[in-house]
Amino acid sequence: MENRGITFGYGFLSQESSFDVQFSLIEFDGSHSYFRAYLVGLLNTILVSVIGIIFATIIGVVVGIARLSNNYLINRTAAVYVEFFRNIPLLLQIFFWYFAALRALPLPQDTEAMFGVFFLTIKGFFVPAFVWNNLDIFIYSLMAAIISIIVIRIYAKKKQENYGIQTPVLSISLGLLIILPLLSFLVGGVNASVEIPVIKQLSQSGYTYEGGIKLPPELISLALALSLYTATFIAECVRAGVQGVSKGQKEAAASIGLTPNQVLKLVVMPQALRIIIPPTTNQYLNLTKNSSLAAAIAYPDLVLVFAGTALMQTGRAIEIVSITMLTYLSLSISISIFMNWYNKKIAIKEK
Amino acid sequence: MFKYLKQLTSLVAMVAVLFTFTTETMAAKKSKTLKNTQKKGFVRCGVSQGLPGFSNADAAGNWTGVDVDVCRAVAAAVLGDANKVKFTPLSAKERFTALTSNEIDILSRNTTWTLSRDADIGLTFVGVNFYDGQGFMVRKNSGYSSVNDFKNGISACTNLGTTTELNMRDFFNSKGISYEPVTFEKADEVVAAYDAGRCDTYTTDKSGLAAQRIKLSSPDDHIVLPETISKEPLGPVVRQGDSVWEDIVRWSLNTMIEAEEYGVTSANADSMKTSDNPAVKRLVGAEGELGAALGLDNDWSLRIIKQVGNYGESYKRNIADTGILPDRGPNELWTKGGILYVPPAR
Repeated sequence: MENRGITFGYGFLSQESSFDVQFSLIEFDGSHSYFRAYLVGLLNTILVSVIGIIFATIIGVVVGIARLSNNYLINRTAAVYVEFFRNIPLLLQIFFWYFAALRALPLPQDTEAMFGVFFLTIKGFFVPAFVWNNLDIFIYSLMAAIISIIVIRIYAKKKQENYGIQTPVLSISLGLLIILPLLSFLVGGVNASVEIPVIKQLSQSGYTYEGGIKLPPELISLALALSLYTATFIAECVRAGVQGVSKGQKEAAASIGLTPNQVLKLVVMPQALRIIIPPTTNQYLNLTKNSSLAAAIAYPDLVLVFAGTALMQTGRAIEIVSITMLTYLSLSISISIFMNWYNKKIAIKEK
Repeated sequence: MFKYLKQLTSLVAMVAVLFTFTTETMAAKKSKTLKNTQKKGFVRCGVSQGLPGFSNADAAGNWTGVDVDVCRAVAAAVLGDANKVKFTPLSAKERFTALTSNEIDILSRNTTWTLSRDADIGLTFVGVNFYDGQGFMVRKNSGYSSVNDFKNGISACTNLGTTTELNMRDFFNSKGISYEPVTFEKADEVVAAYDAGRCDTYTTDKSGLAAQRIKLSSPDDHIVLPETISKEPLGPVVRQGDSVWEDIVRWSLNTMIEAEEYGVTSANADSMKTSDNPAVKRLVGAEGELGAALGLDNDWSLRIIKQVGNYGESYKRNIADTGILPDRGPNELWTKGGILYVPPAR
């Protein structure tokens, strides 16, 4: 490296970045450091991964169960979806959703409001934002509700094990979740107003929206492409899991008088999950790593902001690529550790 | 008699050894890049992924453009054939790494010469083959006639990892306008997104705007605003640390510009050998030993002019006749009101 006149060091991370980023979860502009640019990229990667994982799981479970349906139309539709989406390269799908979305979405001035407050345009999805007073009190009340629900659940489980008495945990939990935050509004002085996006003219033909929260079309199409693609693999995991539980288990459960819902919840799912979780973990990891394709459609993720713009502006290829690799490695390992913990929790506990 | 013969033999052997030794030191003096290029038989040149007028491949894979011509000139000088070039299309992000990691030997890819690039990352800029500046393209029906009409909330599409990103921030900051930067890795995606209406303006070097405008669905509905917000001297780049190679590339470019200045073209280069002007004679190799200083033969510059043409020919062929920028603007010779001025070849 010395031969080629390249210096090595991580000192550049504290330098002023002098470039701007389109969309970030934390405040960022060019006067912030390269390290903060790294955080912006990392948070955006995590954001799109989390959204992707949530939707992929929901779609995957629904489609996986639909494939097992006895209804011919439903299970064929699900099968076509799975075969179609898992056999087309992801990058093509991302391009398709992005440019298809850009072609299909209306210009800001042509859009029609959904429910009067949501505006879906080519420049992004503009949604109302809440402007809070005393947000912290609201969060405390929410946390208090969640903690008390956990305590009640533990207590209820003990009661059932010791005395065989069932407690209506679900209704109590829901009640707590509504009443405590409501109290914070009434007594705690919390209030929230809604900021609705307003159209703004930029030029004779150009418009945009101001106020509220803006979700860029890049985020929407990337999350859509990632979840639709990964959901096909998760659907297959779910199908494999449910089919992996032997028929005799269901029949035996039915024969001791459990309702179909109880059969699913108490007998089939606990066994199916053991088969579903490990391969699904792989899919979550894939989704997170695949989110790096974002750079192709201008979503400012870690690869675009840090391994893209920052690398170019500083020329520190080795340092930045090494940091980026380590970051993806840690992200993947964190997901695996969590999923392994969950897997262990639901595994058969032999006594 | 026998004794003399023995002495003669040893003398011949000594001379032979000495001769080998001197030729070897001469070769060692040559640059590593030059040696490798001559061994391989082609010049490894990094270009853009398709920018009409600068470096663009046609359907048959033939590269043309003013940036391409710099590499062709070096090939003509070093290898005797302007076609002995291997082109590697590079994204803005990859370009410097490709050069420093020895994938290519010349980077001729509309690259802006800046202090940090020149000094910090193992590169050396050898000159300027196009004086450019950053501008903005907008839709005609927007009614914008100047950058002063821009309003808060404007969205701007551009390429990732270029000086454009930095200039854009400086510009909008100085005007106090809040803006939304939308940056893509490839120029084609920038054009597609701007065309679809994702952005209100497309900003990059003005030559790039002129070239990319052709790719829009209806080019006539768009205009480039008159203001230029930055200096963008574009030029070829080589690795730091091989000054002979650096000189070869620099003087190949300078030869093209000087040839235009003295009216030497690909058509009349041979006849110029008998010119009365010593500067012209030096340029076509009829006087002086300029090639030797670069480790080349004396016809190196004649080959450049004959095979590639002078700068004016290259500009006309690639940029003016293709309708990209018919007006040469600052890229005119200093003698004709432009700023192209190169040191004399002597």
